[in-house]
Amino acid sequence: MTAPLPDTTYVSGRGSGSTAIAAAGRPIAGSRRLSLTWVGLVPFFIYTGLFLFLPTLIIVVGSLTTKDGAFTTANFSGIAQSYLVKAFGASITISAASAAIGAIGGALLAYAVATGNPRGILRRTVTSASGVFAQFGGVTLAFAFIATVGYTGVVYLFLKDHGLDFYPKGVWLYDLPGLILIYTYFQIPLMLIVFLPALDGIRPQWREATESLGGGTWHYWRYVAGPLLAPSFLGCTLLLFANSFSAYATAAALITQGGVIVPLQIANLLTSETGRAAPGLAKSLALAMIVVVLVVTTLYTLLQRRTSQWVR
Amino acid sequence: MTTGAAGPGRGVEVRLDDLQRRYGNATALAGLTLTLAPGELVALLGPSGCGKTTALRLLAGLEEPDSGRVVVDGVDVTNVPANRRDIGMVFQAYSLFPHMSAMRNVEFGMQLHDVGPAERRKRAGDMLELVGLSAHAHKYAHQMSGGQQQRVALARALAIEPKVLLLDEPLSALDAKVRSRLRDEIRRVQLEVGTTTLFVTHDQEEALAIADRVGVMNAGRLEQLGPPTTIYSRPATPFVAEFVGLTNRLAGVVKDGEVDVRGARLPLVKPDTPNGPAIALVRPEAVSLVVDGDMVPGPLIGTVIATAFLGATSRITVDMGDGTVLAQMPTSEAGALSAGTRVRLALRKDPVLIARDESKPTEA
Repeated sequence: MTAPLPDTTYVSGRGSGSTAIAAAGRPIAGSRRLSLTWVGLVPFFIYTGLFLFLPTLIIVVGSLTTKDGAFTTANFSGIAQSYLVKAFGASITISAASAAIGAIGGALLAYAVATGNPRGILRRTVTSASGVFAQFGGVTLAFAFIATVGYTGVVYLFLKDHGLDFYPKGVWLYDLPGLILIYTYFQIPLMLIVFLPALDGIRPQWREATESLGGGTWHYWRYVAGPLLAPSFLGCTLLLFANSFSAYATAAALITQGGVIVPLQIANLLTSETGRAAPGLAKSLALAMIVVVLVVTTLYTLLQRRTSQWVR
Repeated sequence: MTTGAAGPGRGVEVRLDDLQRRYGNATALAGLTLTLAPGELVALLGPSGCGKTTALRLLAGLEEPDSGRVVVDGVDVTNVPANRRDIGMVFQAYSLFPHMSAMRNVEFGMQLHDVGPAERRKRAGDMLELVGLSAHAHKYAHQMSGGQQQRVALARALAIEPKVLLLDEPLSALDAKVRSRLRDEIRRVQLEVGTTTLFVTHDQEEALAIADRVGVMNAGRLEQLGPPTTIYSRPATPFVAEFVGLTNRLAGVVKDGEVDVRGARLPLVKPDTPNGPAIALVRPEAVSLVVDGDMVPGPLIGTVIATAFLGATSRITVDMGDGTVLAQMPTSEAGALSAGTRVRLALRKDPVLIARDESKPTEA
């Protein structure tokens, strides 16, 4: 990156004094000084280069080559195997369900927070807690659910003792419904964090203006707040979908056998000790996931951009 | 909503009858009684927290009074919700719906009143033309200046042909030049459509320039209600005298219906004021400055320390030794009064108010 030379950059040691004075204040041909403003971003570029772009490149190359390094598209054909299609279906189902539940629950919670006292203890407590819960996952979250609502969990045993058995047909915690329940745990707080700014941008004058123009609550939500919040709500839901779609640690901690969802299948294909390891296929699955997440985040960005000029 | 065309004679009488409103322990309105004649524009003027916005919101139906009545066109609307009061409102700022164009904003109220698409498009166009924004009909709020946004808000409020128009400090977020232009624009439009209007502001210049009558409020009460000239030249209470325009507070002594200020005897607005030390409130334009040969130090002799050019007039600050006095005079006469000039104060014998006087609210 270059920038015009500042007026104080003069020729030194070139020609006579009068020449130097004559050149003063003008950019010097062939001597452009680099701006250093990008230096602060170097660690970021190194980090994303090493841990985002390089792995992506490895995945792309690996998905298109055989073990011997020859070009192949067989890895992508492999995705069509029924157990992998099923895993994709399960991943999409879990992500969509947990995103929908998280979006609705989180939006309602965010609305309660946004309509409360902006400096009140409720808002501070809920937003701080959400910041923590949204990042809570992996073994600890899986254990928390096993210890509370697992087959030997305290809540389950307590309710069972009092006549409420929510595992009448077997434990579903370690299957798709269980994953949806557990993912909801971090989806709701994440929704609150990402959707709250949009709610904060809704001005009370808009409701009052609607009223003074003859509208009621229905008109306000139908014609004003609804259309204003819809793009942001949809965008945040997509973000939740991507968040859930790429989640691995919690599912890995909870489900030790088989690969219910795509990330677990990728792990199996990379680490199988029974001779079924297929790193090329694993990389093509990973690439497919990247494409899905890329599409979703692009839509999210477009929707956010649409709202940002309205609600700010 | 009425269906008749916009035009003069659409105004109705509005009566606020002993309105009271408290927020916790704080009294926002302590019994406000005010009547707006049909087609009249009344400005409520006062400092922050004086209750003027509360009065407007009670009239709009956005809040409920603790007691008292709101009567519009002879109908008690105290318990009628805001969306059924037929009252248009322009807010301080940022009230346009940001996802709608100017045209859609203006159409929206008519849509809520079930006006057909063709009719509301035509009327919205007329309204935008009325506020001089026909060329901006398809712009969104973020594509318009603050002044343009407020003009659209005015068009939107008037498009539903309300019985009453409320303006809640609509110019406060604008810069001075736009503010002055839009102020005149609002008045022109209001006169054209003839809607009874309540205008709330803390800007005295705005209130005095735009209103048929100005109500000066303080601590939830109406201190004085009257035409702008009366409010300015015959303030009924010390608060009004000090809040509206500049006022000199000059120490003096009340004696037999007059006040002695630095040797000059001035008549009192209230001649029955008890004798004794007092603070006389004297307008700067009632003070003239004379330069003559005899400048022997005395109670009316001072030194000019600053001159502020205000256009046709200038304001001169005079150091009297024990305080300063402001004088306002034509710039042509003030030219010679540079800093350091010794001057003699001449006080015009207008009736003056006494600051210690605690008058009740007065209808002038």
